[in-house]
Amino acid sequence: MTNMKTGYVIAAAVAIALTGGAAQAAKTDIVIGLQLEPPHLDPTGAAAGAIDQVVYSNVFEGLTRFASDGSIIPGLAKSWEISDDGLSYIFHLNEGVTFHDGSAMDAEDVKFSLDRARAEDSTNAQKALFADIASVEAMDLATVKVTLSKQNGSFLFNMAWGDAVIVAPESIADIKTKPIGTGPFVLSNWVQGDRIELAKNPDYWGSAISLDKATFKFISDPTAAFAAVMAEDVNAFMAFPAPENLPQFDADPRFKVLVGSTEGETILAINNKLPPFDNVKIREAVAHAIDRQAIIDGAMFGYGTPIGTHFAPHNPAYIDLTALSAYDPEKSKALLAEAGFADGFTTTLKLPPPSYARRGGEIIASQLKAVGITVEISNLEWAQWLEQVFRGKDFGLSIVSHTEPMDIGIYGREDYYFQYGKPEFQALMAELNATTDPAERTSILQAAQTMISEDYVNAYLFQLANTGVANAKIEGLWANAPTQAVDLTGVSWTD
Amino acid sequence: MAVSDPSLSEPGLLRQVLRSRSLIIGVVLSALFIGAALVSYVWTPFDAETMNIPNKLKPPNLVHWFGTDHFGRDIFSMIMVGARTSIAVALIAVGIGMLLGVPLGLASAARRGSWLDELIMRGNDLVFAFPALLIAIMITAVFGPSAVNAIIAIGIFNIPVFARLTRGSALSLWTRDYVLSARVAGKGALRISVEHILPNITNLLIVQGTIQFSLGILAEAGLSYVGLGAQPPIPSWGRMLADSQTLITLAPHMALFPGFAILLTVLGLNLMGDGLRDLLDPRLRNARR
Repeated sequence: MTNMKTGYVIAAAVAIALTGGAAQAAKTDIVIGLQLEPPHLDPTGAAAGAIDQVVYSNVFEGLTRFASDGSIIPGLAKSWEISDDGLSYIFHLNEGVTFHDGSAMDAEDVKFSLDRARAEDSTNAQKALFADIASVEAMDLATVKVTLSKQNGSFLFNMAWGDAVIVAPESIADIKTKPIGTGPFVLSNWVQGDRIELAKNPDYWGSAISLDKATFKFISDPTAAFAAVMAEDVNAFMAFPAPENLPQFDADPRFKVLVGSTEGETILAINNKLPPFDNVKIREAVAHAIDRQAIIDGAMFGYGTPIGTHFAPHNPAYIDLTALSAYDPEKSKALLAEAGFADGFTTTLKLPPPSYARRGGEIIASQLKAVGITVEISNLEWAQWLEQVFRGKDFGLSIVSHTEPMDIGIYGREDYYFQYGKPEFQALMAELNATTDPAERTSILQAAQTMISEDYVNAYLFQLANTGVANAKIEGLWANAPTQAVDLTGVSWTD
Repeated sequence: MAVSDPSLSEPGLLRQVLRSRSLIIGVVLSALFIGAALVSYVWTPFDAETMNIPNKLKPPNLVHWFGTDHFGRDIFSMIMVGARTSIAVALIAVGIGMLLGVPLGLASAARRGSWLDELIMRGNDLVFAFPALLIAIMITAVFGPSAVNAIIAIGIFNIPVFARLTRGSALSLWTRDYVLSARVAGKGALRISVEHILPNITNLLIVQGTIQFSLGILAEAGLSYVGLGAQPPIPSWGRMLADSQTLITLAPHMALFPGFAILLTVLGLNLMGDGLRDLLDPRLRNARR
């Protein structure tokens, strides 16, 4: 009797173990924490990086796309041919691609999307990407021919941006709240101020994805973000806002910390038209007054790579120019005296909310004070910053991270907020766009990097690190951020 | 000629002070904090604004008694200088409240029931209806965050407190015989208010001033916590707390010391206010015996 009882108990235990094991099949849903909520969901209609973070390659796809290492790989176009003069591109589209509303994605949709983005009244935030397109023709349902007005060596790169995704003509009216793309996820629910839920697109044309459901949860407060990760309310937090907490996550076996590169050149922006900053000696003095390593250690807790120009260090064309603006307060004081400001001067430092700016600003203020430059710090919200600094150009100094990939071209724009726009630089950019040979492009890019560095346009601080934290059992999240995206197509749970 | 309350000259005042334990604790705590602020003008262990980033987040030790913050600044020195910020903001704010509130209250009491009284008191109600921090956020949103705007914001919220207190106590004095005789002697409302009413409500104003002072310190800390008070690099207790927030698991001392500074200062001022009221208000004192 006793033996029989034991037998039952063992059998039951085995049964429990078996069913328990079966129930532990890999999870298929994920909750991703993000700091900023997108204002709407049309990546072709606004600059906000938060839009791309949610929809890029998850909901919307373009002709080409970024891979996790930043290279350009085929997207909706499975292949392309470039004419010998570099002016016409023939894209062969993948077949059997449908939009989330069931309609087929064909060459007409591509033509519509590109024409819409480059139209006169388009609200696309990166219209420069499309500026060289002369015409777009649908040759047949699966072939599109794009003719350029002049050579553009970065055209395929341009087409990979979130601003160049293919949209469905009939969905445009509601695209901001009901995005209809071709991607592996469809929008299922958006609770404004809290979360966006995506569900698997059963009719996805590409290779199968392993997630059934993805939720983006928006937590702007760094303390709350820390708590949410610790409590496992979110499975991963991308661009985690408080780098000081990362060592703690790293030490915890439940989590893994992803540290990668971003396209974010963090700069101390200088208003080049505002006296005394119109004097290059003053700008050079500011550059030499700044100790980059102290800023990286103090504001970013060591996460970040020093840069000496406006270019990402992981790009093959990058040259290290940090020596041009090495930390040298004595030289800085001498330069100030030479420029007639031996007693220093007072200026403003307007800071947007991210901690790299707020903390970095305090450190820079103290470093500039050491050479005699007094800065008055004002902390601004993003909307105020965009209005006063970015559009109003009412600032002396500011700190911001330029997260767009390959954005050195902004130095050619005279009306850009730091107001450089030197004609020689514009000539370099024109030359760059007309060049397709990779070696020549590299040398032009290096000349451009050197020019802005020698002109001390801005003080170049560091390349923002992409610091994320994720559950140790999640695989496939991007460590690097070649564009602002949280690509979930390759993400899976290991058990 | 002022007619003064006899209680202050009563024999045994010192004995009463010594007997009131809360008053002593309050005075000691307040003196400690005012002393720290004063000493900080001539001496702090380190410069409160000098950063030393390789030396960041050090726990309390013999060199840095309260440890260092995330920029390697000495927290003890920052607390001393921060006391200065808190005192200056709270003191000036109380000053604004008294300078504007007391005359308004006196005028209101002198012209009781008139349109002027109505105007002043309804205006006070209006200001009172908004929570103090809301006014502060409103002002700083319009004029930008700075210590000066924080002072103005906290000061404005102090005005109705003093106006009401002054009016209420002045009204009861207006019926006193000595006021009546002054009126018979032909003194005007202004002279009576200044010479007879004001000296007799000074006790109350001092007590209320102490309480408002402690509230002012709390409000300043609250405003700088949300980034609307004194701007960096000027040390302020509220901002020190805000800075420590994401570091609390890594460096709890960064939150503890400014937190205790605020707690002990506000506690001290409140105890002192309570003790002073017991001491200065004869009715209360008699009631307690």
